Amino acid sequence: MAMGWSRFGKKKDMPGGLWIKCDACSTMIFRKDFTAERICPECKHHFPLSADERVQLFADEGSFEELWANMKTVDALGFKDRVSYAEKIENTRQKTGKNEAMVCGRARVLGQDLALGVMDFGFLGGSMGVVVGEKVTRLVEFANEEDLPLVIFCSSGGARMHEGALSLMQMAKTCGALQRFQARGGFYVSVLTNPTTGGVTASFASVADVILAEPGALIGFAGPRVIKETLKQDLPKGFQRAEFLLEKGQVDRIVSRTELRTTIAKLCAYATGSANPATVGAAHEVAGGATGGEGS
Amino acid sequence: MDAALAFERPILEMEHKIQELKALADSTKLNLNGEVVALEARLRKVTGEVYDNLTPWERVRVSRHPQRPVTQDYINGIFEDFLELHGDRSFGDDRAIVTGFATIEARRILLVGHRKGKSVKDRLLCNFGCAHPEGYRKALEKMRLAEKLGLPIVCLVDTQGAYPGIGAEERGQARAIALNIREMFSLRVPIIAIVIGEGGSGGALGIGVGDRVAILKNAYYSVITPEGCAAILWKSADKAPEAAAALRLSAPDLFELGIVDEIIDEPLGGAHRRPQETIQNVKDFLLRSLDELQARPTEALLEARYQKFRAMGRVDES
Ligand SMILES: [Zn+2]
Repeated sequence: MAMGWSRFGKKKDMPGGLWIKCDACSTMIFRKDFTAERICPECKHHFPLSADERVQLFADEGSFEELWANMKTVDALGFKDRVSYAEKIENTRQKTGKNEAMVCGRARVLGQDLALGVMDFGFLGGSMGVVVGEKVTRLVEFANEEDLPLVIFCSSGGARMHEGALSLMQMAKTCGALQRFQARGGFYVSVLTNPTTGGVTASFASVADVILAEPGALIGFAGPRVIKETLKQDLPKGFQRAEFLLEKGQVDRIVSRTELRTTIAKLCAYATGSANPATVGAAHEVAGGATGGEGS
Repeated sequence: MDAALAFERPILEMEHKIQELKALADSTKLNLNGEVVALEARLRKVTGEVYDNLTPWERVRVSRHPQRPVTQDYINGIFEDFLELHGDRSFGDDRAIVTGFATIEARRILLVGHRKGKSVKDRLLCNFGCAHPEGYRKALEKMRLAEKLGLPIVCLVDTQGAYPGIGAEERGQARAIALNIREMFSLRVPIIAIVIGEGGSGGALGIGVGDRVAILKNAYYSVITPEGCAAILWKSADKAPEAAAALRLSAPDLFELGIVDEIIDEPLGGAHRRPQETIQNVKDFLLRSLDELQARPTEALLEARYQKFRAMGRVDES
């Protein structure tokens, strides 16, 4: 359930030079060809995005109004392993400039208003403690009150161990809020990005009305290392990748970053009838083009 | 696995001595009553001392004791009737979770419980209480049936966690658990969950959302097993005792944190020492809770269920 994040958390600083090396295929990418979507032009590998980068790429320019930005963690257990949790949180805040692993707010995408949540894997592996659980819950309640579609980008190693059973109970809290929202007709899209595992997958990420995934994203309940150790055997090729989950019927669509805005705006149009789905985004999106900064 | 836990050794030695003394009295017709009574008094004192001072890790060991009563024991000991229903209507029968109708003092309920098994063969068959998606889907099928029939639901939680395997992932382990958690907020009948042994993360919570959540005194409820936590944060599974303490996974801590509503007492020396007494304590709790919850209007019940979980965890917004 709870997972370590260190194995996913290697910081990939973009070298200042003209070339960037692709993590997946090792191709050298000319910086000019590396658009805001951060997709390798050669193998279409989707590079990691911070929550802020994601918001900038996804929301219409200037439309995002962040909510509960100053919400901070309380070290309720006084947890200490080799370092104290309070210290770990403080260091991570200094390093990332973020208060926690989740950014929430109101946004517009191709003119469609929505409640938007984005997890930040760079903050302790996107792990869900009380703040993440509380923010997701408030966002669901906000979408409910404001009658907005809800979109959450997931990226998480699971529940955060340092907050013990309180982290675990955020799974219940978020799902409880979603039950109310969805039962009265609220529309919820989750986007599973690399990686989404553990307690986040086993709660709010997996109960969406429509579940999208980014290409190649690792998605699962247990992490591959845990499964490998349990079974003492190698895992099948492509196991727990987005394409594997699509094949097994666990996700609805795999959507490239270049098409996310149109796809989600269109889904919202289908769900709410706010626009004609057939014409959503027609004038806005050109496959492969940088779209994050455009107005609408 | 050796039933003797290291910290129980003084208790076991004394129990053994009392038995020997009784056998001696029988065979020699000597009156040793005085000696036996004195030793029994000392045994109670020692047992009390040991059990009052258990560390969180020792409690975890008690919660996993091979002689600790498991779901099957509670089914046999509490209910006048039990009618098991197997079907998940989708893939297969997962023996790690048992579901069925049950009768407790003429009250009809639906029982859902993790099943760890008792014999070695049984344990293997039940996958040691680690359920696949089918187990969670079976539970949801039957809980929905209970809702339709207006029967309260009783969940007995005892698992180290949901099974991490290839088939489990292929068939949507995460979705099965998530859906149960969400749907348990919607069920219009009372739900009582009791952690009787191990409350292992999402696999426990998948049948753990309730109007009343109780835990046995030496059971634990945690986001991860102490071993798993130690392996990740301490880089060594040997640090499980440290992790168990840091996670605050014992009943008194969980009560203080607002995770559980009530602690059900275990007899002196742990549930495994007097299973019948433990089962009776659980039965008393169940009867009382059923009567209290069934008296509540449905809307108030659902609102309180949501608000209970909604309030879990504090944040700083200064
Ligand atoms: Zn590439």
